[in-house]
Amino acid sequence: MNFELTDDQRMLVDSTVAFTRKQSPVARMRKLRDDPIGWSPAVWRQLGELGWPGLMFPEAVGGVGASFVDVALVLEQLGTTLVPEPLVSSLVAGAAILASGDDVQQRAWLPPMVEGRSSLALAWAEADGRYDPAQVVTRAERVAAGYRLTGHKRFVLDGHAASQLVVSARESGTLALFVVDAAASGVRVQPIRTLDGRRAALVELDRVEVAPDRRLGHDGLAALEYALDVGAAAACAEGVGIMRAVLAMTVEYLRTREQFGVKIGSFQVLQHRAVDMFIETELAYSSALAAAIRIGDRDVHERKAAVSAAKVQLAESGRHVTQQAIQLHGGIGITDEHDVGLYFKRMQVLNASFGDAEHHVARFSALPSFGR
Amino acid sequence: MDLSFSPEHTAFRDGVRAFTAEALPPQLRAKAEIDGHFEHAEVMEWHRILYRKGWVAPHWPIEHGGPGLDVTSRFILGEELELANAPALSPFGLSMVGPALIEFGNEDQQRRFLPKILSGDEVWCQGYSEPNAGSDLASLRTRAESNGPDFIINGQKTWTTHAQYADWIFCLVRTDPGAKKQAGISFLLIDLKTPGVTVKPFLTIGGTPAFCETWFDNVRVPKQNLVGPLDGGWTVAKALLGHERTLIAAVGQIGRAIRLCKRIAAGTRFAGRPLVDEPAMRAKIARLEIRHRSLQMANWRALASAQLQKAPGPESSILKIRGAELTQQAYELAMELMGHDALAWFAEPGVVPPIEESVASAFCYLRATTIYGGSNEIQKNIIAKHMLRLG
Repeated sequence: MNFELTDDQRMLVDSTVAFTRKQSPVARMRKLRDDPIGWSPAVWRQLGELGWPGLMFPEAVGGVGASFVDVALVLEQLGTTLVPEPLVSSLVAGAAILASGDDVQQRAWLPPMVEGRSSLALAWAEADGRYDPAQVVTRAERVAAGYRLTGHKRFVLDGHAASQLVVSARESGTLALFVVDAAASGVRVQPIRTLDGRRAALVELDRVEVAPDRRLGHDGLAALEYALDVGAAAACAEGVGIMRAVLAMTVEYLRTREQFGVKIGSFQVLQHRAVDMFIETELAYSSALAAAIRIGDRDVHERKAAVSAAKVQLAESGRHVTQQAIQLHGGIGITDEHDVGLYFKRMQVLNASFGDAEHHVARFSALPSFGR
Repeated sequence: MDLSFSPEHTAFRDGVRAFTAEALPPQLRAKAEIDGHFEHAEVMEWHRILYRKGWVAPHWPIEHGGPGLDVTSRFILGEELELANAPALSPFGLSMVGPALIEFGNEDQQRRFLPKILSGDEVWCQGYSEPNAGSDLASLRTRAESNGPDFIINGQKTWTTHAQYADWIFCLVRTDPGAKKQAGISFLLIDLKTPGVTVKPFLTIGGTPAFCETWFDNVRVPKQNLVGPLDGGWTVAKALLGHERTLIAAVGQIGRAIRLCKRIAAGTRFAGRPLVDEPAMRAKIARLEIRHRSLQMANWRALASAQLQKAPGPESSILKIRGAELTQQAYELAMELMGHDALAWFAEPGVVPPIEESVASAFCYLRATTIYGGSNEIQKNIIAKHMLRLG
């Protein structure tokens, strides 16, 4: 049992901290809310040069071949200043390709993302499916040229700017994953704003023809579940960064804001609330770390238990911490001008993505380990 | 980053499990199986079994009779004993006055007291709180006046857990009434058989006599029973706070309580189906287990940093607060799962299933967990001041 960072991991954290401070303070994200893309392709390329999108991917596709813990360390830091580049969405779609694509497919679709030249998005959610990845109506029919895809996908995170979409569809009864060129004929991508100032897409597939080599080979559902677990674990890591940031911001405010002639941090009721925020942040970090360690576990049940537990903990702790951060800031906390609200909104998006708390409670309690 | 135990530690865990399976006497095993309440005599019986095995004081140094286990093995030992529902040993000798004597006592005191703490021949209790000194412990007023080779003690202690079974009490007493608060306090060992000591147990809301009040009326105590410097007792007392073993116990206890909830839910039927199949009830148990997992991971982080001889990090300070709360929530859920059975109070055998018999009493008594050992509010004051630098 060991939770110490290696020297390499420490350097990785240091370079991420330096990046957020010098190049991507919250002000950059705030400005990009009004940008049509919502993130910067130049910065995304820079992240690729730093090697961050490729951390969890093998060297054969230009990646680093590191553990997911390294990814989590980066995401936690990026969360502290709400860095808006499409890292989580690309990792999730990339994880699906990694889990179910053969060598040729991985080499075809992963390097451009790993290098930060383009981004990927996972199109899995449908109107009546909530968070169940198996609830798929989109269908794929075999045709002479390969497959023909028809259906509607909702809330494809960062799908508005992705070059390739990983799409789940039913093909003769089984769930399969396809890599669809976003520019292909019959693909309609409707960008929508999300509450955190970023973008998602509604994707319509109208008889989209894809070549046979765009069908990912292995068990589609297992790969999709793995990819969504990567997303959940990534959300947990980013969420911890958000909690750390608002906790620091709030404690600083309590130390400086004066009312009734004293610093408001001298009031015990506010001190105890800050302590509760601190405790929840530590618990969320603990469970997020467990999920990051378990994401690569060969025992799928262990992985699912750790990820679901962390995602539920994130929902409970993240909501509490960001809501209290606003409360302790008082009126200024509900203004658009203050940063605390940006964190609060991002946390809400993380909680509603990759399975919410109810979904993960149900999944956790349905695992064989629950009966023991 | 690694969440697994080494092969050596896994083998040690197997060894503890095998030992516990064999060593628990039948009557204790029967109670362990139904999560029953252990009487003091039963706790001491288990104490002596662990003593003979050499595991009664896993955290003591070898030269004082400890087994020389590393932090992780100690943790594993504690966790396995909890999971086996073995009786929890009284902490006052083994985890409080024992370590205090090892750190602050002189050689005579160590020779006189430590062997009998280990063997269980002498049982200890704690004399800290007073009727008007609870969270504000340093306002205590029990006086120790110098009288030749002795101190003369007058005053009253309360919450003296298990004093009715104890042979000795370690007390914080005021030796310098002129000094301010913490400054004039000393750490003193008092034989409870000394004339002038009166011990009176009282019932808790759990219906069991866990606590006592203890009065001192001109009690003569030899000065050689002073531990650490005169007027330096606060330092000794502070060193005992937040002890490793008490922290670990909370996580194990919650794990046990969740298992109890699952057993109750599996054994209770509603409309022909086990209650555990009700999605709402299942979700409640799952949420509790998820919170427990987070706390357990925080505990492992504390453990891993202790193994590296590092000072306790932020994760350890939260264990007391959330551990106590989760313990209470687990028993609340057990009561909820029991439905009408939760109404029974020390029921005759057969009225409710055996595993439910002790739940109501525990549910009531465990309101104490967020109060004893420094209430959760006091813990939060400490975190606010020392970790968040507020105030």
